[in-house]
Amino acid sequence: MNKNQSDTIITVENLTKRFKDLTAVNSISFNVKKGEIFAFLGPNGAGKTTTIRILTTLLSPTSGEAVIDGQSVTHHPGEVRKVIGYVPQMISVDGALTAQENLMLMARLYDVPFRERQESVQRILTFLKLEKYANLLVKTFSGGMIRKLEVGQAMLNHPHVLFLDEPTAGLDPIAKRNVWQHLLELRDKFGTTILFSTHNMEEADEVCDRVAIMSAGKIAAMGPTQDLKNKVNKENATLEDAFVFFTGDHLQENGNFHEIRHLRQTMRRLG
Amino acid sequence: MLKYISQVIIKSYVMAEMEVRKLLHDPTELIMRAVQPILWLGIFGEAMSKIRAIPTEGFTYLQFITPGILTQSVTFVAVFYGLAIIWERDIGLLPKFLVTPTPRLAFVWGKMISAGIRGLSQAVIIFLFAILLRVHLLFTPISILGTVLIIMLGASFFTGLSTVIAALVKTRERFMGIGQLITLPLFFASNAIYPISIMPSWLQAVANVNPLSYMVNGLRALLVTGDLSRLPFDIMVLLVVALAISILSAYMYPKIMA
Repeated sequence: MNKNQSDTIITVENLTKRFKDLTAVNSISFNVKKGEIFAFLGPNGAGKTTTIRILTTLLSPTSGEAVIDGQSVTHHPGEVRKVIGYVPQMISVDGALTAQENLMLMARLYDVPFRERQESVQRILTFLKLEKYANLLVKTFSGGMIRKLEVGQAMLNHPHVLFLDEPTAGLDPIAKRNVWQHLLELRDKFGTTILFSTHNMEEADEVCDRVAIMSAGKIAAMGPTQDLKNKVNKENATLEDAFVFFTGDHLQENGNFHEIRHLRQTMRRLG
Repeated sequence: MLKYISQVIIKSYVMAEMEVRKLLHDPTELIMRAVQPILWLGIFGEAMSKIRAIPTEGFTYLQFITPGILTQSVTFVAVFYGLAIIWERDIGLLPKFLVTPTPRLAFVWGKMISAGIRGLSQAVIIFLFAILLRVHLLFTPISILGTVLIIMLGASFFTGLSTVIAALVKTRERFMGIGQLITLPLFFASNAIYPISIMPSWLQAVANVNPLSYMVNGLRALLVTGDLSRLPFDIMVLLVVALAISILSAYMYPKIMA
């Protein structure tokens, strides 16, 4: 697929994850290039979160292989963890700590050297325009501020690849734009590769270099958004049209009870 | 190997420090948790000492149960750490932690140390209340050091046990059920509020393998009887079970995600 190997930062081959009687991810393969913004598009239960959890070393695959920055997620998870950042779908900052403490905690877990820690944390607070709120408990923050702080936490180790699971679910349009501004800046400044999942078509269309449309554990289609739209026999086709075209318009099993509850809880919290 | 050990120590400290910071931001939890042991001492203890039904080897009943109530309070705090871990998984903190280059053992030790610190804060409150009730306890440098050590080890064991259970049952509802199911039997099948000698023999067998009994033994020797001949043995047992459960729970910890 990608001829220039040195350009590729994520290589996934025949990745499969089975839970008891459910095949969440069914033999998917794809590559992501350095500095690319790549999205998994699909409904709940399509296997997006499971794929991200395997790539971030949280779950081990049933079969297949994934390599990030030259290291296998199954054989050298410790090495992979050093070069990736992760923002889970749910809230991943501690409401009982201040913004500053949350960042400091991550800086220490990521082995940011003692001398640089204070400065890194300060730089990120400035970058995210959260300086004024540094010493407030995070439970007093709005949804957009929380998401920004989570992105900030994941930036502390200058990750080569940043994974985000539904980064803007439950955010209002302004907060959404704000979070993406920071993410795009991150890519432009440091060349960070960004891989995220979403079921928001407009979001994917706006920011992605390429998307993979996932359906029932498989990749139904993959490519630049314009290419996918061109394949639909319709004038001015949107990404949503492409999505329906490639997945068929039958209704998906919409995730399980647990996932839905998580999602709703998250939405409520992010308010 | 040396790098791994230094990573474990540094990051256990980081995780424990964050827990302590949370407590300092909002210490109401510590006060709330002190209510139960105070009721046990002030009401159950006072009432039972009037009856004089339980042989307490020449000490008052309040002297006898103060180490028992302290042990109960420490272990109950620790036993619900699994719930905190499930909660951290549910809100998304735990996956974020697991993705950092941190040894799994450090997460477990971080929790264990913070459970120990919570336990120590319980000890301070219980001791103050015991002094108020004019319970005569031995406070010497050795007895205080020994008490700190036993509380840290005991809290560690029960935190580890709780982590393993959390990794097995995975949901808050099931954990709550099991938590309730094990705490009271652990407490009653120990020498916390009556001596093992008055138990039926089958219960004696349980009490003798219950780590809670070893905590009580150690604390009672240090704070009440002053007879330290058995103390090294009690501490050894607690050390061994705490280390064993550390390793098991470090292995089980990431499984809570699946």
